[in-house]
Amino acid sequence: MATVGKQSKTNNLDKSLAKGKPEVNVATFALLFSEIVQYCQNRVYTVPELQNKLAELGQHVGSHLLDVLFVREKGYKREIKLLNMLLFIKGNFWRTLFGKDADKLEQANDDDKTYYIIEKEPVVNKFISVPKDKGSLNCAAFTAGILEAVLNGTNFPAKVTVHWHKGTTFMIKFDESVIIRDKMVEGK
Amino acid sequence: MSRQTARAGDPRKVNGELFTLTYGALVAQLLRDYEDDEEVNKQLEKMGYNIGVRLIEDFLARSNTSRCNDFRETSDIISRLGFKMYLGITPVISNWSPAGDEFSLLIENNPLSDFVELPEGHTALNYSNILCGVLKGALEMVQMDVDVWFVQDQLKGDNITEIRLKFIKRLDDAVPAGED
Repeated sequence: MATVGKQSKTNNLDKSLAKGKPEVNVATFALLFSEIVQYCQNRVYTVPELQNKLAELGQHVGSHLLDVLFVREKGYKREIKLLNMLLFIKGNFWRTLFGKDADKLEQANDDDKTYYIIEKEPVVNKFISVPKDKGSLNCAAFTAGILEAVLNGTNFPAKVTVHWHKGTTFMIKFDESVIIRDKMVEGK
Repeated sequence: MSRQTARAGDPRKVNGELFTLTYGALVAQLLRDYEDDEEVNKQLEKMGYNIGVRLIEDFLARSNTSRCNDFRETSDIISRLGFKMYLGITPVISNWSPAGDEFSLLIENNPLSDFVELPEGHTALNYSNILCGVLKGALEMVQMDVDVWFVQDQLKGDNITEIRLKFIKRLDDAVPAGED
């Protein structure tokens, strides 16, 4: 059985999380991502399906990133306030993943459940030219998936969708319960 | 590349964890789709091949290398420049065959397999098989036909991860159709 020999050797899961990992060349990532997009595209028929598929993969990444992020960036503490969580995402989270803060964080004028994170040029889109017949395709759906998984994992259930607006806009629609809870927390 | 992107962080680099987990997401997806280790290995190699074919161009443009005189020189460049540039590691070259047409790359810290533990029942899966494809694709573009395969993998409890390369033949320069 494959697991038998492992005890003697340091297990992958026993390694320290503290330091973080060296960075890799952007070309390596871009080419890998391009293969992922192509693979997904071969298995679906429409643009929304493709974006869903990418978002699913993103969610896988997000749910695994969550623990690492909070252990390292937040000193094992969870975030309970909505605004702080959003700022954490715009700041630390974005910086860790993409080397910079997100360009903008905005709240919808008419809806207290909806927030926007705006990124002019997400890394995942940098090397992708969208074909004319798929004008609405935005591969940052992958990033939206990561975001959604992180928000859900920290108990801020939300839907995150991706739109072409001022570059790329991630629209975060929180569950009603999040807003109600946040008002209670604020009131204390 | 435009200047303004150079503000924070190096725009030519990507977070290693994002990369590792993205690869993990891909392998997990493939396993769900194909439900067969051998099929997944094949698929990964195919994707790697596609990457290698494109990666070599970037490599030649940036590394300033010229044609290798023999397979030993090739091995050195693969490890010292190729792996270093794209994955940030330098595999050790060893186990040369007497004829000098086969060698192994020994990898201690495979960045692809960080955070990874193979679940039971996947003994046939070569988790990092994409690397074989990349090497094959890239070398093919410089007229070398090689066989690339996994010999050992730390994920399977081996002490080291070992990829073996075997030189098969020199490919003739293929002139694209319609050109003289």
